[in-house]
Amino acid sequence: MSKTAVKQQKKEGLFSRKNLRYLLDPINDINPITVQVLGICSALAVTVKLEPAVVMSIAVIAVTAFSNLTISLLRNTIPHRIRMIVQLVVISSLVILVDQILKAFAYDVSKQLSVFVGLIITNCIIMGRLEAFAMGNKPWPSLLDGIGNGLGYGAVLILVAFFRELLGSGTIFDIPVIPQAFYELGYVNNGLMLLPPAALITVGVLIWLHRWLNPKLIDVS
Amino acid sequence: MLEMFNIAIKAIFIENMVFAFFLGMCSYLAISKNFNAAFGLGLAVIVVELVTIPLNWFLKTYFLEPGALAWLHQSFASVDLSFLSFLVFIATIASSVQLVEMVVERFFPALYTALGIFLPLITVNCAILGGSLFMDERDYTFGESVFFALGVGIGWFIAIVLFAAIRQKVRYSNVVKPLRGLGLAFIITALLGIAFMGFAGIKL
Repeated sequence: MSKTAVKQQKKEGLFSRKNLRYLLDPINDINPITVQVLGICSALAVTVKLEPAVVMSIAVIAVTAFSNLTISLLRNTIPHRIRMIVQLVVISSLVILVDQILKAFAYDVSKQLSVFVGLIITNCIIMGRLEAFAMGNKPWPSLLDGIGNGLGYGAVLILVAFFRELLGSGTIFDIPVIPQAFYELGYVNNGLMLLPPAALITVGVLIWLHRWLNPKLIDVS
Repeated sequence: MLEMFNIAIKAIFIENMVFAFFLGMCSYLAISKNFNAAFGLGLAVIVVELVTIPLNWFLKTYFLEPGALAWLHQSFASVDLSFLSFLVFIATIASSVQLVEMVVERFFPALYTALGIFLPLITVNCAILGGSLFMDERDYTFGESVFFALGVGIGWFIAIVLFAAIRQKVRYSNVVKPLRGLGLAFIITALLGIAFMGFAGIKL
């Protein structure tokens, strides 16, 4: 009996189709930002330029992946009543690590991100995935789910930051991409794209496009 | 005294948590479908901000800052625990939310049932932790942090109540299908944000 179980487990490779789905679904069908509505807070504030957006995405991928892994390893020992506190402690220790690493190796970006690194703790993606996935699944799928959700979050962040930086300051990664000739013809950078409401409009339009391309996501209500 | 009022006014209008920093967007989007729930949640957020920000100020000033432990013993004067601030702040917030929940359940059972699951979810409302982190970053004094807490709470309350009212009206309009729901919610928030940017001209 146990032998067959072992065989069945072996059959399911590390990157079987099911496991790949955990990794790839959050990028499109259950994207944390545009579909699950999780983690909007930090997504909007760090997208004025590409560089902080990329750093923030990497930080969030690291925190979701490792917190999912840790909670999944601990899931059978956590008492149900105090699970929120346990989750928060795991998340905030990881965020402290990320914060210290950023301060040590990328001080300028860490200054730009200011409180938003700390706010990864209350990023609903992380708590949401811990509650919905890591508490009931094995470590490996949980790790993949964490990375997948981090990637889905990062994809939206980088898309929004790309358009905001391109239209708002005419640069990509601080390198000017709009030729000087355009400016001489009267092209002006759109200052609105640098202001907070532009992030909301960009995400709104992105959600619109996403649902238009993927009609099964449309809200019926 | 006037400066303190200025901090509160600034936090309500000019640097509104929702429209200028996008903090607390998750519950802001999720709970604004119903006006009454939005109103109750807004009030609860004001209370929690008023409890947690001054409490975190105490913890920061007497335990976490570099040299803050000097009152304990001279040899502790060189201790710097500020890297622990995230952990301590979130622990304070989680326990005060629990406390507020118990008080509301005991004395305002009607409000308690109306808020339901959203009350414990205030713990992960970024506007609360954000308030404490801004208090830390801007080095407010105790009085300033109390007024800042009041301003942040009222600002968030105004934002969610305005948005919930608009959303109830929008329900009757004929919107392009893919834009319905979430997409439109973002654009409404953006327009509200642009309107709030009008306050940026106020010199305090």
